[in-house]
Amino acid sequence: MYAYVGRRVLGTLPVILVIALVIFLILHLSGGDPAAIIAGDHATDEDIKAIRDKLGLDRPLAEQFLTWLWNVVQGDFGISIFNRVPVGTLILQRVEPTLMLTLTVIVFSIILALPMGIAAAWYAGTWIDRALMALAVLSFSLPVFVIGYGLVYAFSLQVPILPVQGYRSLADGIGPFARHMVLPTISLGLVYTALLARMTRSSFLEVLSQDYIRSARAKGMASFQLITIHALKNASVPIVTTIGSGIAVLIGGVVVTESVFAIPGIGRLTVDALLRSDFPVIQGVILVFSFFYVILNLAIDLLYTVLDPRIRY
Amino acid sequence: MTNMRSGLRSLALAGLVLAVSVAPSLAADKTIKVVPRGDLNILDPIWSTVAVTRNYGFMVYDMLYALDAKFQAQPQMLEKSELSADGLTYTMTLRPGLKWHDGTPVTAADCVASIERWSKRNLLGQQIAALKVSLEAKDDKTIVLVLKEKFDVPGALAQPTGSPAFMMPKRVAETDANTQIKETIGSGPFMFKKEEWKPGNLEVFVKNPDYIPRKEAASFLAGGKVVKVDRVEWIHMPDPATIMSALLAGEIDYYENPSTDFLPLFEKNKDIKIVDLDPMGSQGTLRLNHLHPPFNNEKIRQAVLHAIDRETYSKAVIGDARYYWKDCHALFGCGGPFQSDAGAVKKKDIAKAKALLKEGGYNNEKVVVMDPSNVPVLHAAVMVTVDALRSIGMNVEVQAMDVGTMIRRRASKDAPDKGGWNVFHTQFQGIDIISPASHQYITAGCEKAPPGWPCDKQLEDLRAAFLKETNPAKQKEIANAMQKRAYEFVPYIAVGQWKQPVAYRASLSGVLESAATVFWNIDKK
Repeated sequence: MYAYVGRRVLGTLPVILVIALVIFLILHLSGGDPAAIIAGDHATDEDIKAIRDKLGLDRPLAEQFLTWLWNVVQGDFGISIFNRVPVGTLILQRVEPTLMLTLTVIVFSIILALPMGIAAAWYAGTWIDRALMALAVLSFSLPVFVIGYGLVYAFSLQVPILPVQGYRSLADGIGPFARHMVLPTISLGLVYTALLARMTRSSFLEVLSQDYIRSARAKGMASFQLITIHALKNASVPIVTTIGSGIAVLIGGVVVTESVFAIPGIGRLTVDALLRSDFPVIQGVILVFSFFYVILNLAIDLLYTVLDPRIRY
Repeated sequence: MTNMRSGLRSLALAGLVLAVSVAPSLAADKTIKVVPRGDLNILDPIWSTVAVTRNYGFMVYDMLYALDAKFQAQPQMLEKSELSADGLTYTMTLRPGLKWHDGTPVTAADCVASIERWSKRNLLGQQIAALKVSLEAKDDKTIVLVLKEKFDVPGALAQPTGSPAFMMPKRVAETDANTQIKETIGSGPFMFKKEEWKPGNLEVFVKNPDYIPRKEAASFLAGGKVVKVDRVEWIHMPDPATIMSALLAGEIDYYENPSTDFLPLFEKNKDIKIVDLDPMGSQGTLRLNHLHPPFNNEKIRQAVLHAIDRETYSKAVIGDARYYWKDCHALFGCGGPFQSDAGAVKKKDIAKAKALLKEGGYNNEKVVVMDPSNVPVLHAAVMVTVDALRSIGMNVEVQAMDVGTMIRRRASKDAPDKGGWNVFHTQFQGIDIISPASHQYITAGCEKAPPGWPCDKQLEDLRAAFLKETNPAKQKEIANAMQKRAYEFVPYIAVGQWKQPVAYRASLSGVLESAATVFWNIDKK
């Protein structure tokens, strides 16, 4: 197993390298000029040229890429072109809100989606099933920002019990943290919940039609016991896959949610850096995201072997 | 199933408990929470001309002179300022007790180094450098500047836009003018908490306990900078709708740059004030490239001037008529000391425009208009221009791009079909164009002029005469002559003057009218 994990981790490196190269080329060939943006609207040509020289933006592309890559290998992601702060510092400043938002969304969605999906499968074809799935389709169809603005209007402006925006760290206390997380979590979590609930339903429908389930029911096993002990584990592999692959969807949604609720996370950092062509920051963030996603996939692969001992690599 | 129902009930109960436990907290401290106009990325207000960096400069640094509400330069860090009888030697004496944020005293040597660095970056500073015979610290408190010719040094050192002449410690000011400074030590009324800085998210300023305000009442950027709060937080939010909601909910106190679309909503709320703090607003400008056809031809530039309607621009850019000047044709701005209608082309006249186009021999050359589509204000102005140019029969090609690309491309002197351009839009803060000394786009120094490179000896001679003139009445005469000549030669076209009100909670008092956004004099209930 250790050898397998080691091989998979090493296998991520070429993937990340290719991603880095592609992103580097796209960014540098897209034509944006950070020097002009830094210099300001009324700067002279000489000002812009001096900044470009200073930042090394006029050097050959290959030289710029290799310099950056060598620095990354040494743990140095570079310095933001704009605020002259190390990219690593910027990412560290922003990683907590994004991580906490992602975690709360996953927890919220699992808590909501599993019972929804199981209930829909258990009562398949009844009004309960139809109502739950209609709710799931609605949640899946509504854009995150529409849900976000709606919640802000209802719970921050009309009945002001929750804040409009911002983020409080867990270090500030569970109360402030929870207050600031409720609306973003619901906004982003509904889409993910819908995805998960539909997958749970179809996975459970398949398991519930198996002979061993029918036998257990015939023997008079309690419904709760039947679902939690026998059905859930066997239905879990596709659900876990959906949780994992859904995180990619979540990362996209995080960008929007962080903007709507002014959460200072990685998503906003990425958008801001893109708008300003802040190449080192964009490259650093994408590398971190790529590494995270590859590791996540690896973790899910390993989890399969725990959930279903028949799966072996 | 009974167990399942019980589980769901527990979940619902947990949600209710959370909702009840999250009653809004009460903000009882003296902190002003501000959403500024943009991210603060650069902490060197001499190196960058970006407005948010300029505003940061006013928080952290102080100036030798500052403009008052009558646009007159008044001593700020100075106890006294003397001009010799021949008008060539300025002797400036620092106020006693001035300290940098690290506790060391402000000296004349610091200020000399600061003026020298600023002179390498700023247009007015460069003019002082060109006229300078000597600039030295006579002693710890006295700065002596000797010039070859008369020049309004206090006016230049008080200029609040672009890169104002902020004073810095000597070791900081000795940084190469093309390199950003690293320290944030100033002598201004607020201190920057660099350890709390989260670029793109939060900047924190705290009251400088050692700051000694002037005794005069605060006026524009001059007078006593009395800080009445403990802390000012600049919080960055990317979404205007979120900022609007946060202001309505009282989570922020001050919204620097609200869209005019939101103003009617704020007007209905008694807890929010909307005030136009900058008496000069901003001037929208249309710049033509004088190097290439068709706008290397004066008649064709005049044709464009007669084809545009300023009201249409203002409606497209601002919308609400309360937030733009009507019938303002003053190139040096309406509301300023050099406001005038001299030589103005006031009304659109398509027939005359077409006649001028014909007289100029327009041969259907393609006109490349750069459209920075990610800046709504400029994009709207571009659309109006394109319509005006087409209405007189010009062959227009609109090229959409981001603003950074436009700034880079406009520096190109190449022909429009080889990466150059014919037309772009920008805007200047009113205070930038208030005088011939500071108005960049009325200069016509050929290669030395800003992109567009207009070349006109008459305009340049008038400007040189203005810079030497110290009599206000004569300055006004020269400014009028410049405007008259500019309406003939058309170095650029002013397409409107627009207001940018701020919105803030009624719990704030003492918000100052100013050309920059400042937070001294403001108290919070």
